Amino acid sequence: MKSAVVVFPGINRERDMARTLKLVSGTEPSMVWHADTELPPGTDLVVVPGGFSYGDYLRCGAIAARAPIMDAVRAHASRGGLVLGVCNGFQILCESGLLPGVLMRNAALRFICKDVYLRVERSDTPFTRGYNAGQVIRVPVAHGEGNYVADSETITRLEGDGRVAFRYAGPDGALDKKWNINGATNAIAGILSERGNVLGLMPHPENHVESDIGPTDGRGLFAGLTQHFAKVA
Amino acid sequence: MKARVTVTLKTGILDPQGKAIEGALKSLGIAGVSSVRQGKVFDIEVDGADRAHVEAALKDAADKLLANTVIENYRVEVLG
Repeated sequence: MKSAVVVFPGINRERDMARTLKLVSGTEPSMVWHADTELPPGTDLVVVPGGFSYGDYLRCGAIAARAPIMDAVRAHASRGGLVLGVCNGFQILCESGLLPGVLMRNAALRFICKDVYLRVERSDTPFTRGYNAGQVIRVPVAHGEGNYVADSETITRLEGDGRVAFRYAGPDGALDKKWNINGATNAIAGILSERGNVLGLMPHPENHVESDIGPTDGRGLFAGLTQHFAKVA
Repeated sequence: MKARVTVTLKTGILDPQGKAIEGALKSLGIAGVSSVRQGKVFDIEVDGADRAHVEAALKDAADKLLANTVIENYRVEVLG
């Protein structure tokens, strides 16, 4: 799997992401600067990592979404190429129009930095094939604006088309207000694009991949992607 | 020309920051505050003397960057 990690000023999770991609897929990703206009030839997966691009000025992800490299990312997605956005990356993908909706300020107004439980809603996508549908995974979040909001028509479409990939849940997979850490509509933690080739999620699966550090539940996402491209190739 | 773009949250979009400010105003005892919605103001200087042209350029700016029209409305005022 040939991956490219997009780097904007103010992004700070790109090295965690690159380390995980190398660790799980065995291939070193390319780091692509925001002012570049092309992705490295043969890129399978584009990753927009977490951080605070442009200091979260204006709106989270708003300025990064208009960076020159994003035209290349949009073109990659329109060819059916896979794009993964994590945390600020999810916000950037929403602002760039690759995913619908907006990430608003957390309902309780606090920055949340802790492990959460996610229910994997489906296993038949390149991003989630490393998990079983209904499986609960433990991964960290670190965000102040992760409260997913969209108009009711969009939410109905996302739910009806099975485009919710992950939801905040309890350790047993039950949905309850107390587990919905940021107040997201329908406890949505991650969504897929209409064609299923773009995934955005607030939590950081790339930070739970090594047993020396803690849980390894995030590994399935990257292992699944690696398998997907091994099969394609 | 001087112009102002005002960006506000659409009706129905929850505004936790506005709610927090509303709570603080109430605790200060400011009389009669029943609701606060927070927005943004951009004061912009644009080259050119044609009002319609400046207004069109700023509408373009608001659509493309200053506002996220999924959740926000905007208003452009050319101040002259």
